[in-house]
Amino acid sequence: MSKKHLENADMELALSRVDGRVKVTGAAKYTAEVQLPELTYGVLVESTIGQGMITALDTKKAERAPGVMAVISHLNTPGVPEYKLQNQDVIQKQLRVFDSENIYFNGQPIAVVVADTLERAQYGASLVKVVYAKGKSATSLENNLSRAVMPKKTKEDYMRGKAAAFKDAEFQVEEEYTLPSEAHHPMEPHSIIAWWEAADKLTLVDKTQGSQNTAAIMAKSFQLSPQNVKVISTYVGGAFGSALRVWPHEIVAVLAAKKVQKPVKLVLHRNQMSYMVGYRPHTLQKVALGASKDGKLLGISHESYGKTSMYEEFTENVLAMTRMMYDVPNIDTKYRIVPLNVSTPAPMRGPGEATGSFALECALDELSYKLNMDPIELRLANYADQDPDKKMPWSSKYLKECYQLGAEKIGWDKRKALPGAVQEGEWKVGYGIATGTFGAFRGGASMKATFKPDGTLLLQSAIADIGPGTATTMTIIASENLGIPVEKISFQLGNSTFPKAPQQGGSNTVATVGSAVVAVCNNLKVELAKRAAKQKADWGNAVASTIRFKGANLVNTDEPSSKIEFASLFGAESPNELVITADAAPGDEKNKYSFYSFSVHFIEAHVHELTGVVRIKNAVSVIDCGTVVSPKTARSQSMGGIVGGIGMALTEELVLDDRNGRTVNASFGDYHVPVQADIPQMQMMFVNEKDPYLNPMGSKGLGEIVIIGVAPAVANAVYNATGKRIRNLPITPDKLI
Amino acid sequence: MNNFQYTRVSSPAAAIAELSKDPTAKLVAGGTNLIDLMKYGVMAPDKLVDINHLGFNEIKKDNGTLHIGATVRNAVASGNADVLKYQPLLSQAMLSGASPQLRNKATMGGNLLQRTRCGYFYDISAPCNKREPGSGCSAIEGYNRMHAIFGASDTCIAVNPSDMNVALVALDAIIMVAGPKGNRKIPMADFHRLPGTHPELDTTLDKKEIITGIVIPDNHLAAHSTYLKVRDRASYAFALISVAATMDLEGSTIKDVRLAMGGVAHKPWRLTAAEEFLKGKTASLENFNQAAEIAMKGAKAYEFNAFKLKLAPNTMVQALKTASGIKA
Repeated sequence: MSKKHLENADMELALSRVDGRVKVTGAAKYTAEVQLPELTYGVLVESTIGQGMITALDTKKAERAPGVMAVISHLNTPGVPEYKLQNQDVIQKQLRVFDSENIYFNGQPIAVVVADTLERAQYGASLVKVVYAKGKSATSLENNLSRAVMPKKTKEDYMRGKAAAFKDAEFQVEEEYTLPSEAHHPMEPHSIIAWWEAADKLTLVDKTQGSQNTAAIMAKSFQLSPQNVKVISTYVGGAFGSALRVWPHEIVAVLAAKKVQKPVKLVLHRNQMSYMVGYRPHTLQKVALGASKDGKLLGISHESYGKTSMYEEFTENVLAMTRMMYDVPNIDTKYRIVPLNVSTPAPMRGPGEATGSFALECALDELSYKLNMDPIELRLANYADQDPDKKMPWSSKYLKECYQLGAEKIGWDKRKALPGAVQEGEWKVGYGIATGTFGAFRGGASMKATFKPDGTLLLQSAIADIGPGTATTMTIIASENLGIPVEKISFQLGNSTFPKAPQQGGSNTVATVGSAVVAVCNNLKVELAKRAAKQKADWGNAVASTIRFKGANLVNTDEPSSKIEFASLFGAESPNELVITADAAPGDEKNKYSFYSFSVHFIEAHVHELTGVVRIKNAVSVIDCGTVVSPKTARSQSMGGIVGGIGMALTEELVLDDRNGRTVNASFGDYHVPVQADIPQMQMMFVNEKDPYLNPMGSKGLGEIVIIGVAPAVANAVYNATGKRIRNLPITPDKLI
Repeated sequence: MNNFQYTRVSSPAAAIAELSKDPTAKLVAGGTNLIDLMKYGVMAPDKLVDINHLGFNEIKKDNGTLHIGATVRNAVASGNADVLKYQPLLSQAMLSGASPQLRNKATMGGNLLQRTRCGYFYDISAPCNKREPGSGCSAIEGYNRMHAIFGASDTCIAVNPSDMNVALVALDAIIMVAGPKGNRKIPMADFHRLPGTHPELDTTLDKKEIITGIVIPDNHLAAHSTYLKVRDRASYAFALISVAATMDLEGSTIKDVRLAMGGVAHKPWRLTAAEEFLKGKTASLENFNQAAEIAMKGAKAYEFNAFKLKLAPNTMVQALKTASGIKA
């Protein structure tokens, strides 16, 4: 029987990561590993209070310490020119670095010590003495809900049909769900090397998800001409959203480099990764569902309260999935943020939807038990055949296939509707599912191609690769388009001077940059055909879609006799290379269709009845992300998402001491990301049906939907195993005994 | 980190001499805990005395009694054939601690001297009586999820983090020590101390003494033993509760039993009263439940660790079930 969908075994055969070898052998140099002549090292001094002011800063001992070249703080900063242009009274910006004596959160950078070695800088930093006028900090979300505000950019609460319609329904669920703050904790800590090549020329080697975004922000901050700022970010060891913006430590490195007139390297300590580069914000949600006895939803009310900092409004799409996922006539949502003495959160993998889906998909599961209805049946009873929010057709939606494939793979028929009914020895066994979705986006990008007579092709784009295997995917797209074997194609990225690309975030890289690869490949083919036509008339009618490279030849597949050696097509003016560029941008498809990727996660959880320990035994995720371009890296990316979702469900929680806002578990020993022993057998399945409208490859986004829905699937499995409904993550053993 | 001197010694006497000469000197072997603490600024010795070359790296068997040298690596001891045969509990406990990388470096003596993982002890901006006597305890009214339920004082509620120590106290191990006044033996149960008014002191080891080895007397417990560690993730996490349970069974009658708990006190917590209750009784769920109730007498919880009052007896019952092999 022929099948289109991809399973684990299908992916084994696909192209391996093209930069895998340099990564595992250590040949790939990440920012912190880059060495430069005369490199100096910056180490941050942080506030140890959560709110108040610095009244005295004694840097004398630090300045006299061996090797120390500068101690920079608000007292002597060279200054960030952009700050002077901003209204000093309105703090709705990124934390202004070393701009005043004010402390907004515990762990705020207040000084940097620059020395000739890292150890001397660390020692110097330990000698800086700070005196504070302490204020009273507020960091607890639950205790400060009265401070909740509607974000300035939100005009009004969302309403479709009538408010609180769930109250009219025969079956109701009304519950509160909380998600603690979570740290991104990529393996590679945030790192930067900054140097001023001239008084008006800045170069950075930096961990970032967008070299051009970082360059633009730095140019603006330091009032430099954009072409005088260069950002190199060749390898990024994971980011998950934490490198989507310029953070204070990056501004500090630039200031320090200005002060010492040498390159400054600044690498965050693992602990600083917990509070200096964003986090998924602690969020409290209230969800109410109302349904008729056949499971048809009549109304959903959904409220969200999330943390933000005192100086900046952070918002995310917690409620977006509730508005579009199911065919429900009445929906009202309310989104609030609570300003507290914490640093500003950041988008974290599946931003918003990962949080919102936890509440929505758990509430649906609760409803399924009240209705005595299978949770998949309940979702199918409310299946949306078009986007009920935008009232538009989906560009593509194969969610029913996802439910079906996954149910077969995990053996959904083994699930008993009665919680606690399945037992293996001392372990209770449960099954859970949840759905995930995330918008499928496409932006604009450019691409440069350099083709040589030996048949090699170099592609260049400013896009980052934070781990999904961008170069691999782009290589496959080019190879499939042209017929040039993958070994002859190389893809360079992570450099702000390369052609335009967006940040790598929000699952849009393949759609955006992949489209530019297709465009540049087509341009290359058309240009070569034009040159071929001068030698052979039958090339005059060749179009990109029928032109292929075969060995040393270019072939028009419509004209079998057309074969021509491409080496003969290089003109006298550039005999050694042909450089082609292309731009690609979305059209008006956004106005006609609603674009989303979908996922369904199935979890088999075993819960020890005496100790409350949860072990995930099996995870099956079925994904509708359009055509899968690079099956092996897609599988890897999906596995990472499932692991992140398991961490969200079972182990991860950033804890603050609300007496002073300090992070209690900042270290990798105390903040529990899942370890190998927590990872179950994982089976990824891709429906692999083309999306006809988003881009030429037929792909949609993948990076987010592989985490969105995992945590509720785990919580639902735990309920099915035990009859215990845990509405506050993570589900640690203490909550189940 | 402060500047410090590093010296390597080749005899126990030289190590003792270094400690006698310089009160801030610290011994270093695997360094898996000390170096971390130095990086965090929690400990700042002027001198590190490297004792990796004292010849304490052997495991010897004398009939059924095991002598494990102080600098034997945890990875070596936990995989040693005699340890696995005579004291499988010890191996199991060590393998539930840390990670393979850490166990490859960490030594037996160093593990005995592991310091608490209380987050406030590690955060030098927070008051901590253990780190800075008299400064106060941040944990008592702070985030104390991982903290003690037995034997705490109003100066400190930290717990001993070691898994190995829990097994050693259950096995009546003896700590062999050398010092300026000669050699002495410290029973494991007396090696660690409760915080009392001096939480800065983890053990009864004198500052000028060094650990030379650990002796584990022969017993008849190997056939029925288990180390059960309940934690927030499957590996590389400290115990919420751990229980070492080992017994000598004749049919279903408990001839001898040893029980100790980790994650509950400033020292590995031997459950003597529960042992006394079980001796001579039948291995049954009912008796295990009663023993657990006895074991929990005197337990006191704080704001975030009240769950331990239930998780501790549950874990103990499960460990007894597993060790005895009873099904019910």
